[in-house]
Amino acid sequence: MKKDFVPHLFIGIALISLVAALAIGCIAAVQYLYPSFLKEQLAFYKIRPIHVTFAFSWIVLSIFGGIYYYLPRICGAQLHSKGLSRVHAYLFAATGITIILALALGVFGGREYLAFSPILSIPVLIGWGLFGFNYFRTLYKRLEKWPVFLWMWATGIVFFLFTFTEAYLWLIPYFRNSLVRDLTVQWKSFGSLVGSLNMLIYGTALFLMYSITKDEKLAYGAKSFALYFLALANLLYGWGHHTYIVPADPWIRTIAYAISMTELIILGNIIWQWRKTVRSSLKYSELLPARLLYSADLWVFLNLVLALMISVPAINILTHGTRITVAHAMGTTIGINSTILLASVFYILSQKYSGVLEQYSGLINKGIYVFHISLFAFFAFLVMSGIERSGWLNYDTTVTFSALQLSLRPYLIGFLISGVGLAVGVLMIVSPALRCLYCFFMGHNEVETELSESDLLNAGTV
Amino acid sequence: MAEKAPRINQRVLFTLLVGFAVFTIFVYTAGTDVEPGPIPISNIGRDGRLLYQKYNCTSCHQLYGLGGYIGPDLTNAAGKGEAYLKAFLQNGSAVMPNYNLPEHEIEAITAYLVYVNETGHFPEKMAQRTWYGSFKILGNTP
Repeated sequence: MKKDFVPHLFIGIALISLVAALAIGCIAAVQYLYPSFLKEQLAFYKIRPIHVTFAFSWIVLSIFGGIYYYLPRICGAQLHSKGLSRVHAYLFAATGITIILALALGVFGGREYLAFSPILSIPVLIGWGLFGFNYFRTLYKRLEKWPVFLWMWATGIVFFLFTFTEAYLWLIPYFRNSLVRDLTVQWKSFGSLVGSLNMLIYGTALFLMYSITKDEKLAYGAKSFALYFLALANLLYGWGHHTYIVPADPWIRTIAYAISMTELIILGNIIWQWRKTVRSSLKYSELLPARLLYSADLWVFLNLVLALMISVPAINILTHGTRITVAHAMGTTIGINSTILLASVFYILSQKYSGVLEQYSGLINKGIYVFHISLFAFFAFLVMSGIERSGWLNYDTTVTFSALQLSLRPYLIGFLISGVGLAVGVLMIVSPALRCLYCFFMGHNEVETELSESDLLNAGTV
Repeated sequence: MAEKAPRINQRVLFTLLVGFAVFTIFVYTAGTDVEPGPIPISNIGRDGRLLYQKYNCTSCHQLYGLGGYIGPDLTNAAGKGEAYLKAFLQNGSAVMPNYNLPEHEIEAITAYLVYVNETGHFPEKMAQRTWYGSFKILGNTP
């Protein structure tokens, strides 16, 4: 087995999932305009969960690939069990294929975002359990004081297990037979689940920034730990804006409002400070990851405005149930999270294939521009469409739903075109990465099977 | 380097986690122990709730604004009458596929949506904004 086989396998499947998510997303955007398109074969109610599953897979698998790669280098030791990491990878690959097939065949039974049959959540939980066990066993008694990214990853792992389990409380009649409790607990779990993924992603971002600049404040500084606690507070309490409108106890709304989404302020601040450091040190070889991290910064500021608006209940009541919420979700998932994870992918690949990436640097740079311009248009069309729908929901009671859909067509056309642009931009960025992975898996000159001492010392790092 | 590194603030961590545990129990019990509608969910409505998931209705429709946007919000769809709901469930529409649902499933999904309609409103027209940016819902009767 090649050295770093499992991280590269996770990254490979993650990138394929990303491309699939974008392709399926384009079909879904066509269906918004032409609802009869593939209506009998692959209708929207099948397309949407397939798109979500691929997008979710991209996020989660690229996180796994990164952490499996970074962890031994950070703690200066081999992974506790490479066998378990392989089981994890194969289990997730098999489960993912099963889920996609089941959704395409119309076998559901779950909830929004987890639309697959609940039975398929069991291998997902087992896989996360294996990942968590390997993570904590690898770190056990290795480091006296953990840098902030290790805390973030540990917290993300533990809370994913908790929130993913919580998302299935609807299986108990006590929860599902009251709509208010059902919806509130569902969105409590989803909101916190996203918070735990954010922990894993922000941890990855901090590790990359630290690894590139070697600035110890990023790993151990008070501001980084302040970000950790804010992200944790948000994970624990900040889900409430999803259910402001559900008639549960108003205290739930008040607590969520008080916590709001201030973590983005701190994250933006940290990246801003980090830019100053990097500007004066352009000699670093990992500049492609650095460029991607810069661009995540832009989306932090753009989303900050929307996030703060949505967290104010008096405004949320106008934006809720519209594509303004979708714009926030897409801006965060694509603009911030995916950009950070792409930076992580390129950081790993550049350790071994910097020559290949250099060869395609022009294509990647153009791709980054196409990606961000398209995403900005995509984001803007969603917001405009959301404003129109908000007006209809809250003020215009005479227009029918069908008439509203017709009035939204110009925005949906823009949504489709910018969505295709986004897919093209991402393809331009990831095709060289896929080429590197092809070299990794098909190359025959790889003889190392274990991390060498230089790998471990080169860790980074800590 | 590690010698200078601060330990994580365990008191803050402990406080956040204990607070979360208390808050979670509150959400699971008293915080959601409200049944705003006058009618609790019926047995057939419970079946309808599971069918709503089985057919992945949430992919296209919303309840309380939560769900997909290609179809209308169904929180108060039952307010237009059971016949209105059944017409769509039996035949589909230009956008919605015809699921060829058996009669008992149509009855169950309709019963569930009748129950949902009793729980409140979306959009909430009775919300009164407060000076500190929140809102209060004036009365819960549909």
